[in-house]
Amino acid sequence: MSEVTGTIKFSDEALAQVKRIIARYPEGKQKSALLPLLHLAQSEFDGWLSPEVMDYVASLLSIKPIEVYEVASFYSMYNLKPVGKCLIEVCRTSSCWLRGADDIISHIEKKLNIEAGETSADGMFTLKTVECLGSCGTAPMLQCGADFFENLTTEKVDELLDKWKESDKRSSYLKSVNS
Amino acid sequence: MKKILLEHIDEPGINTFEVYRKKGGYASVEKALKTMTPDAVTEEVKKSGLRGRGGAGFPAGMKWSFIDKKSEKPRYLVCNADESEPGTFKDRYLMEKIPHILVEGMITSSYALGAKTAFIYIRGEYMYVLRILEKAIDEAYAAGFLGKNILGTDYSLDLYVHPGAGAYICGEETALLESLEGKRGNPRLKPPFPAIAGLYSSPTVVNNVETIAAVVPIVNNGGDEYAKIGIGKSTGTKLISASGHINRPGVYEIGMGLPVEEFIYSDEYCGGIWKGRKLKAVVAGGSSVPILPADLILKTAKGEPRLMTYESLADGGFLTGTMLGSGGFIVMDETTSIVRNLYTFARFYHHESCGQCSPCREGTGWMEKILHRLCHGHGRKEDIDILFDIAKKIEGNTICPLGDAAAWPVAAAIRHFRSEFEEAALVHAPIGELVAH
Repeated sequence: MSEVTGTIKFSDEALAQVKRIIARYPEGKQKSALLPLLHLAQSEFDGWLSPEVMDYVASLLSIKPIEVYEVASFYSMYNLKPVGKCLIEVCRTSSCWLRGADDIISHIEKKLNIEAGETSADGMFTLKTVECLGSCGTAPMLQCGADFFENLTTEKVDELLDKWKESDKRSSYLKSVNS
Repeated sequence: MKKILLEHIDEPGINTFEVYRKKGGYASVEKALKTMTPDAVTEEVKKSGLRGRGGAGFPAGMKWSFIDKKSEKPRYLVCNADESEPGTFKDRYLMEKIPHILVEGMITSSYALGAKTAFIYIRGEYMYVLRILEKAIDEAYAAGFLGKNILGTDYSLDLYVHPGAGAYICGEETALLESLEGKRGNPRLKPPFPAIAGLYSSPTVVNNVETIAAVVPIVNNGGDEYAKIGIGKSTGTKLISASGHINRPGVYEIGMGLPVEEFIYSDEYCGGIWKGRKLKAVVAGGSSVPILPADLILKTAKGEPRLMTYESLADGGFLTGTMLGSGGFIVMDETTSIVRNLYTFARFYHHESCGQCSPCREGTGWMEKILHRLCHGHGRKEDIDILFDIAKKIEGNTICPLGDAAAWPVAAAIRHFRSEFEEAALVHAPIGELVAH
C-alpha cells in the first residue's frame, strides 16, 4: 500500500464518484475500478497521471502502485507526461487517411508550429496522431476532450483551433465517467 | 427489406425511454420474463441462426449453451462494445442513436443466461456514448426493467457500463475480461474458455453490441422468423459500416444476401464511387480481412455475383475470397496506393499488439518498418518476399487472433497487387502523394 503523499487528493465530488464506481464490482474485486478511476484522476489532475497521482489511486483501491503503473502504461488514453489544455487527437488509420487525414495533420502542425506528439510553447495545445476512433464514415476526424469533430476540412480545423484558444478540455471526462 | 434493428432510427426522441417504449421497446423483456424459461430464450436464439456480429461469426446460441450451469459461481454477461476494428463504427452508431435496444437486449440475454450482473465494456474513446448508455440504464431502472424483481418477477439484474482506455486488443474477449478486472489487456490462453472461467473466473458470455441487440427482434418475433431473412447459414440482418471513397458513407442495415455490387452502387447504400472515379479495391469486413480487387469483390472467381453473406464473401478462400468480419466495408478508388493503405494497417497492428507473443510483437514492428521504407522511397527488391515471409510466420503462432489479423492484410495485398509493391521497391520516390483526395 502506498502512503498518500503531499496534497494529492480528489475533490469531494470525485471522491463520491470513486465510492459509486467501486460499488459496481463484487466485494474484493475493487481493482476492476482501476480504469475508470484513472480516467477520473486525469480529469482531476490536469489531464495526466504523475507517479504521485498513480500512487494515490493505488491507495484508494488498496492495491500496489506497480499494479497501477503497469496498467497506466498499457492503455493509450492515459498520459504519463503533461499535456496541453487542449489535447487534439487526429485519426490516421485507413478510412481517415483515404479521405485526407494527412492533410489535416500537416495543417494543424503548421498552424500550431509543432509536430505530432508535441505541445505548443504556450502549453495550450498537444497534437497526437491516433489509431481508428470508429468515425470512419465521417472521416477525416479528430477528438478533443470527450468530443468527436468529424468531416473535417482545413477551414473547419481553423475555426476549431481559434475557438479553443482560451479553453481547457482536460477535465471533460469527469462528468461522463459516472453520470 | 424491413429494418429490424434500425427500424425506428428516424423517430424523434428514440434515444429516450419514453419514445422507445412507445414504439414497442422492452417487449422482449416482458415476453421472456413472463412467458418463457431461460432455456426457451436460448432455444430461440439457436433457431435464429444468429452469428456473432463482432467479426468471428460464431453461432451465438451455441456460445450461450456452453455456459457452465453446474458452477456455483455467479454468471456474467459482458457486452463487447470495444469497437476498434478499423473501418467499423456500427456499434457506436447503434448505441448513440438507439441506446435502449442494447439495454433491452442485455436484460433479455442476461435472463437467458441466468446472469444477475452484466457489464457493457465500451472503448474509452466513446466516453460520450457511455454517457448516453448510462442515461438509458438510469431510465430502465426507474421504469422497473432493471434492479430487484424486474416486472414483479423473481428475476433481478444490475447493469453497468465500464470504460476501456484505448487498446484494440481489448476487443478480444479474454483481453477484455482482463481489462475489466483492472489489468493490462493481455489475452488469456484458452481453454478454459470464458463460458467456464471468464470474469473473476466465473462462467461468462461475451457478445458484441449488435449480437445482443439482435436478440430483441429474435425473442419478439421468434427465431424462425429471424432465420427467414438471409441465405443459408447467414441469417438475419447485418449492420455494415461503409467508408472510404464512396458517395454515401454511413451505417446501413442490410438483409444478408444483398449483392455486393448493389451495396456499392445503389443510391440506397454507398451510392457509387466518389468523384466519378472507378472502383479499385475493397476491404469488406474491417482491416483484418483480405483486401480484394474490384473484379473479385463484385464476382467470385467462378464468375458468380458476390453476396453480402459469410459464405459468399469467403468463397474462394484466401486466394480469391475474403471475410464478412465485422462488416467494416472500406472502399478505395482507382487513385489509391494499396501499399500506402497497407502501411496504415501495419502501423495500426504494431501499435496495438499487446506484446505478449514474440511473433506478433516483433513481426508487426518489422512489417511496419518495411512498409514505411517502401512508402518513402527507400524500398529494397527483397522487401516483398520478406513481408510475405513475416506474415506467414506470425499467422497461427500467437495466443490470440491479433497476429492473424495483422498478417492477413499484408499477404492479401501482396497477392492481389504485387506489381504495386514491386514498383514501390524499385521507384525510389515517396508514394504518399499518389493519392489525390
